[in-house]
Amino acid sequence: MCVAIPVKIVSVAGEEAVAEIDGVRRKIIVSLVADPKPGDYVLMHAGFAIKKWTEEDVREFNEILKGTKA
Amino acid sequence: MKQSDFKQHLDGIHDIADRLARPVKIMEVCGTHTVAVCRSGLRSLLPSSLKLLSGPGCPVCVTPAEYIDRAILLSRRPEVLLATFGDLMRVPGFSLGTLEKERASGARVRVVYSVSDALALADERKSAKVIFLAVGFETTAPGIAWAVKTAAERGMKNFAILSALKTMPNAMEALLQSGGVQIDGFICPGHVSTIIGSRPYEFICRKYCRPCVVAGFEPADVVAAIAMLLGQIEEGKCEVQNQYLRAVSAGGNPKAGLLLEEIFEPADAEWRGLGVVPQSGLRLRDKYKNYDAFSLYPDIKAPAGAEVSGCLCGEVLRGRIAPPECKLFGKKCTPTTPVGACMVSGEGACAAYYRYAPLAEAGGGDESPSFFKRR
Amino acid sequence: MNRQAFLNDVKMKNDQMILLSHGGGGLRSKQLINEVLVKRLGNPVLNMLDDGALLTLDRKDIVFTTDSFVVRPLFFPGGDIGRLAACGTINDLVMMGAEPRYLSLGLIIEEGFSLRDLERAVLSMREILDVAKVKIVTGDTKVVEKGAAAGLFINTSGIGVRLANADTRVSNARPGDVVVVTGTLGDHGAAVISCREGINLDSKLESDVAPLWGLIAPLLTQGTELHCLRDPTRGGLAAALCDIAEASRVGIRVREREIPVRKETLGVCRLLGLDPLNMACEGRAVVVCPERLCRDVLRMLHSHPMGGNARAIGVVEEQPAGLVVLETDVGGERIVEMPMGDDLPRIC
Repeated sequence: MCVAIPVKIVSVAGEEAVAEIDGVRRKIIVSLVADPKPGDYVLMHAGFAIKKWTEEDVREFNEILKGTKA
Repeated sequence: MKQSDFKQHLDGIHDIADRLARPVKIMEVCGTHTVAVCRSGLRSLLPSSLKLLSGPGCPVCVTPAEYIDRAILLSRRPEVLLATFGDLMRVPGFSLGTLEKERASGARVRVVYSVSDALALADERKSAKVIFLAVGFETTAPGIAWAVKTAAERGMKNFAILSALKTMPNAMEALLQSGGVQIDGFICPGHVSTIIGSRPYEFICRKYCRPCVVAGFEPADVVAAIAMLLGQIEEGKCEVQNQYLRAVSAGGNPKAGLLLEEIFEPADAEWRGLGVVPQSGLRLRDKYKNYDAFSLYPDIKAPAGAEVSGCLCGEVLRGRIAPPECKLFGKKCTPTTPVGACMVSGEGACAAYYRYAPLAEAGGGDESPSFFKRR
Repeated sequence: MNRQAFLNDVKMKNDQMILLSHGGGGLRSKQLINEVLVKRLGNPVLNMLDDGALLTLDRKDIVFTTDSFVVRPLFFPGGDIGRLAACGTINDLVMMGAEPRYLSLGLIIEEGFSLRDLERAVLSMREILDVAKVKIVTGDTKVVEKGAAAGLFINTSGIGVRLANADTRVSNARPGDVVVVTGTLGDHGAAVISCREGINLDSKLESDVAPLWGLIAPLLTQGTELHCLRDPTRGGLAAALCDIAEASRVGIRVREREIPVRKETLGVCRLLGLDPLNMACEGRAVVVCPERLCRDVLRMLHSHPMGGNARAIGVVEEQPAGLVVLETDVGGERIVEMPMGDDLPRIC
């Protein structure tokens, strides 16, 4: 278990943030990660950000997706 | 990781499997791994000597039937509005049916995507008692802890959770302790490990000498992890390796960990198919008893029941038998009429196997059908 | 029909509700029928408001179909229950190789339903009927007590005239055939589930609900020998393919990377743990045709505004008979199963 996907933070307001993936947005809670900012990528599960991703992480993920679709 | 890496790992897997020249059983503990493996058709690409077993990391499968019955009884209380993840809607209890059927009969059961939606619901509907069915592992637990803490801070009186939350490492130990287990290595849950880190699996290596690799969920992640595991098996090593570097660190998520500590305490928990596993559940601390639906409704007693005789989920979950070896498999027990834990959700061992049976049969009965094999 | 004029017209009816007496058969019923249904949908046959519609059809092969619409929410991005009710039945006729001609309209309205919403739905139907050149010639209206219907239920039955030699039944697929889809999959299902309560997703995704006659007619009239037509509604592409494979007793093999899915639809599916192959479409068709005609079929589809994303996604084979095999993005294979039913978001 568990479905978690990388999403991009669009805006933050206290404990809540608006996150986006593939043009779809949802409000999520960011209290479980430190200092979330717009532009950050986070791993999101059931409406909660559980880990912040670095640029490197995002790159690796995109490589994996691209690679397996080549 | 490029396409060439995916192929490289796959080739590596075949090479090692050829050299080992014996059956190898690897358990993917996590139900989401089972789904990832199924969806990508990975099984059809792996060597036939390698068996991937599905473990107990499927919260839907291991939620006790009695819990479902209790949830159904709660939903019949006029003031109760049950909020739940979609995953639970079709799980059968012992005798009272499913939440899906209950909703059809008029009960207030609402599917939500997040516990934060349930909290918002409670905020909106002050006259209803919103009870959230808290089912899941360490990935989901911190969010639920946040919801309880937030409800307490706001002094909310109409929100509660019914906890069936569980923790993974103890369940893995219970599996190994029960003896006669034929598992050569573990693919450890990726997102549970985001929270708890990779360290908690070290005891499996120390005590039970089984290699562990924490894996991500893309097919490329899974083959990389399997290749790492086979490498360890070939070299006789047993360590915890982390394939899922972008999501998992050795220490996990400290904020989430602290929150869990604050709100929950370990308790013995029943796992459908495995029985009671000590200290493997999460229970609300006394301070938060007002948000615990067990405490708020002590008079709700689910009718006693027992699993249908002949159900061999326990044996399947321990990797001792393959699903078709259970006499109920495919007959009394099918995905649309599930009897036991392993068939209940699409990620259960038996449900996943059921999907592959047709392919296998088309290929002539072999588990990894040569009809469709790539090598 | 001027939309602005309509909106002005309805402004004053804003606070009006449907009452039980509107379904009673008396004066109020007549008022509702005349002021909403005849006004928005009227034509010489309907306007007679007789017990039945007298129609003369010049051909022998009549296709007759029925469908009921209970979608929630009633109004969703890209459409509403009215649009769906018109397209759903029109498309069933098209899938049978028939030119849609006439529909009946059965309304079951919950007491207290907003008159404005009823008119919105009826207007949506009118827009589709005009495009598809189909008339509603008979109907029935009932009003039920509060709680007995979720706002509005619609049934439409339809009659079409089958084109000569068109046999597009689900049992007609043959080994060697090619499987084509007319556009992106899963948009309707994803659009509807995103706005369901408790899910709260915000996206630009719109339902694909649309009438298929304009898109499919050229394929049928230009003597193209189509073997099967199936619209992937409930259960999505997965259900449509499984139906064809089972009824025709053939194997169907499709390639994941050929299946067109919109980025936003994929986003919704990934968020909710759903499979785009299982999500409903209401303006798409699966076309099974002989291999030699595939290029022509694609050319005709691409030349229509609705068919820009048409793609050949797979082939029909002898084995495994009755099953659908998906070649995944990573080169693996798995069986595509008949979906369970209602899509529920997963976190596991």
